[in-house]
Amino acid sequence: MTKIKLADSKVTELKQVCAKFDNQKNELINILHGAQELFGYLPAEVQEIIAQQLSVDVAHVYGVVTFYSFFSMSPKGEHPISVCMGTACYVRGAEKVLDEFKRILNVKIGETTPDGKFSVSSLRCVGACGLAPVVTVGSKVYGRVTIEEVQQIINEYQ
Amino acid sequence: MAKFKNHILVCAGTGCRASEGEEIVQELKTAVSQNQLENEVQVVRTGCFGFCEKGPIVKMIPDNTFYTQVKTADAKEIVEEHIIKGRQVQRLLYENPEDATRISDSKHMNFYKKQIRIALRNCGFINPENINEYVARDGYTALGKVITEMTPEDCIDIIKQSGLRGRGGGGFPTGLKWEITNKVESAEKYVVCNADEGDPGAFMDRSILEGDPHSVLEAMAICGYCIEASVGLIYIRAEYPLAIQRLKIAIEQARDLGVIGDNIFGTEFSFDVEIRYGAGAFVCGEETSLIQSMEGLRGEPTVKPPFPSVKGYMGKPTNVNNVETFANVPVIINKGAAWFASIGTEKSKGTKVFALAGKINNVGLIEVPMGTTLREVIFDIGGGIKDGRKFKSVQTGGPSGGCLTEKHLDVPIDYDNLLESGSMMGSGGMIVMDEDDCMVSVAKFYLDFTVEESCGKCAPCRIGNKRLYEILDKITKGKAQFEDLDNLRNLANVIKDTSLCGLGQTSPNPVLSTMDNFPEEYLAHVHQGKCPAKQCKALKEYVINAETCVGCTLCSRVCPVNAITGDKKQPHLINAQLCIKCGACFAKCKFGAISIQ
Repeated sequence: MTKIKLADSKVTELKQVCAKFDNQKNELINILHGAQELFGYLPAEVQEIIAQQLSVDVAHVYGVVTFYSFFSMSPKGEHPISVCMGTACYVRGAEKVLDEFKRILNVKIGETTPDGKFSVSSLRCVGACGLAPVVTVGSKVYGRVTIEEVQQIINEYQ
Repeated sequence: MAKFKNHILVCAGTGCRASEGEEIVQELKTAVSQNQLENEVQVVRTGCFGFCEKGPIVKMIPDNTFYTQVKTADAKEIVEEHIIKGRQVQRLLYENPEDATRISDSKHMNFYKKQIRIALRNCGFINPENINEYVARDGYTALGKVITEMTPEDCIDIIKQSGLRGRGGGGFPTGLKWEITNKVESAEKYVVCNADEGDPGAFMDRSILEGDPHSVLEAMAICGYCIEASVGLIYIRAEYPLAIQRLKIAIEQARDLGVIGDNIFGTEFSFDVEIRYGAGAFVCGEETSLIQSMEGLRGEPTVKPPFPSVKGYMGKPTNVNNVETFANVPVIINKGAAWFASIGTEKSKGTKVFALAGKINNVGLIEVPMGTTLREVIFDIGGGIKDGRKFKSVQTGGPSGGCLTEKHLDVPIDYDNLLESGSMMGSGGMIVMDEDDCMVSVAKFYLDFTVEESCGKCAPCRIGNKRLYEILDKITKGKAQFEDLDNLRNLANVIKDTSLCGLGQTSPNPVLSTMDNFPEEYLAHVHQGKCPAKQCKALKEYVINAETCVGCTLCSRVCPVNAITGDKKQPHLINAQLCIKCGACFAKCKFGAISIQ
C-alpha cells in the first residue's frame, strides 16, 4: 500500500477530534466515527495518529476498525451505490439488482470504479421494506428497483 | 400557543421519507400559506403509521381521514379540497381490496383492525420533536408517580406482575432483571438501552425511536430509579441517522423540562442519558458484546456468568433492555400490571411489534396481542400473499430464527410456542415467502449473513458456520452428495451446542428449520439436481418455446449480454453459453414463451 500524506490542517483537526473525547481509549469508536466523517474513510495513517493520541497500539485501533463494517479503509466512490440485502429486499429480488450493478460497472462488492465515480456495496436493511428492493445512491433512495432500471439509475450520475 | 382547527399529520419515518415524505411536508406548508391558513392549519411531521406499503401516509385531524400513497403533486389538492371545501380527495383514500370500496378511517381497515398499539401508542400521533405533545398524552406522568410515590421495590413488583418479558428476542422477564440489578450493591450502576437493531428486515426499534423517543427516555429513568443508577446509555446503530437526531432533540428537551437531569421532580433522584454509537456489527446486539463495544473495544461477547446485572459496563452492574421493552414500561405504570397482564397468553403478556415484510400485500409495522396466530397476521393484517401467489413459509426471528410453514399458521404467537415450532420470537422481523422462494437459498442467505457477522472469538461459530455455508452452496449448485445432508445436520447441532454466545447458538436455526420443514426441497437439489422453486441459478436454464414465440424481439433487446438471437417474427433462441440467467427476458415476455427448466 502506498503511503499517503495527510494535510497538516487535517491532522490538526483529527487531533482535535481525539481531544474532544479527552484522548480516552474507551471513546475509540466515537473518535473513529469523527475521523471517518473528516476523511471519508480510515487509512492506516489516520489510525496511526489516533493510536498515538490515545496511547494505544496501532494494532488495537486496526482491530477495532476492521471489526465494524461501518468503518472503511478504502475511499468510497463519488456516488456510493448501496443495494439493500436485508431479507425483505432479498426475497423481492435484490440479488439480481446487485448483480446488474456489478455487471454494468464491472466491479465487485466493496470496490470503486477506476474513475472513482461509483462504488458498489450491499447493506443490511435500510428499513424501507415497503419499497423493496431498495437501492441508495448517496442519500437518495430508489424503491422497487427492477433490473431494467439499473442502467437508468447509473445514467443519472454520468 | 396557537389553536389550530386542522392538523395534517405526515409520516416522517424513514420509509415514507424515502418516498418524498419531506417534499410533501414542504408542499403542504406552501399550499397552507398560499391560502392564508397558517393560523388554522398545522402541518406536523409524525412517526411511522406502520402502513409502509401504502406510504407516504398523510392523516387529517380532526376527522381522521387517512390518505395513502400521497405524492408531492397532491398537496395542493389536499389543502384546497379537503380543508377549504371540506371534500375528501377520494382517489387518495385506501381502497379495500375485497370490494374496491374506499375507506377513509384507518380503524376500519383490516390492516389496523386486529392491532393493539401499546409500544407504538404515540407513533403517528405526535410530533416526536416536541416534548409537549408527548406530555399531553400522559408523558412523564409514570416517572413522576414512580419517583414521588413508590419505592424501587414497589415499582419492580409492578413490572414483575405485569409479566413483561424482554422484547429483544430472549424473552427474559424484565421485572426479574431489574430486581437482580437492584440487589447488587454498588455505588455506580448503569441503565443501557439496546438500540442496536441488526436483524435484516426489522425496523421496530428504529420506528419507536423515530416516532416516540420520549417513551424510551422516560422508561430508562424509571429503570434508573428502580436499580439506583444515575446514568443511562443508549447504544444505537450509526446507520440510523434520523433516530439519532430525534433522540438528541428529545434528550435536550427532556433536560430543559427537568424530567431528566438533577433532582427530577424536586426529589433526590438524578438521572441523565447519553448516546453511544454502534458501528455496524450484528453481534453487538448481544448484551455482553454491546458492553464491550461501548467501552471502545471489538464487540466480542464474554462468558456469562457474570451477567451484566452483576458486572457490566466498566465492570459495574448494568441493566440492559431493548427499546421496545422500555417503550412498554410507562404504560404499565400508568394503567397497572393487571391491565397489561390481561392482554396476551399465559406466559407471554402484552403485545409484540413485528416488521411484516417480504411477499405480502401489506408491508408494514404492526403491533398485535401475544397469542394472535400467524394466519391472522399474514392473511388478515398482511392482506395475504402478493400477486395472488401461494404462501410457502414465514421466517421469524431473523438470522437466529427459523422458517415456519403452512402447518404452523394457527399457532398462537408467543415466546414459547415459536420456540417449540423450531423458530423464535427474536426482535420481531417477520418475512413472508411464496412458492417462488427456494428454502435452501434462504438458509444460505442467512448463513452468509452469520458468516459475515460472526465475531470470530469461538471456533464453532467462526469455522462451523463457514463450513455450513459451503455445504449449502454446494447444494444450491447441484454438486452435493447425500452424505452432505447428514454432515449439514450434525454440524448444525454441534454449532448450536458449543458456541459461546446467542449468535452462534442460534445461527444454525435457519438451516435446521428448513431441513425439517422442507426436506423434499433439499432432496430435489441433491438427488435430481433440480431447484423446485426455480431460483438456484446454477440449476436453471431459460428456454424459449418456439411455438409460442411470435418473434417480437423484445427479449433480445432487453438481454444485457446479447444472448438471444432471432429474426423479426421468427422464433428466438437463447444461447445458454452466454446467458447469465438474470431473468430479464422472462420478466419481459408478454406471450409466456420463455420458461425456466
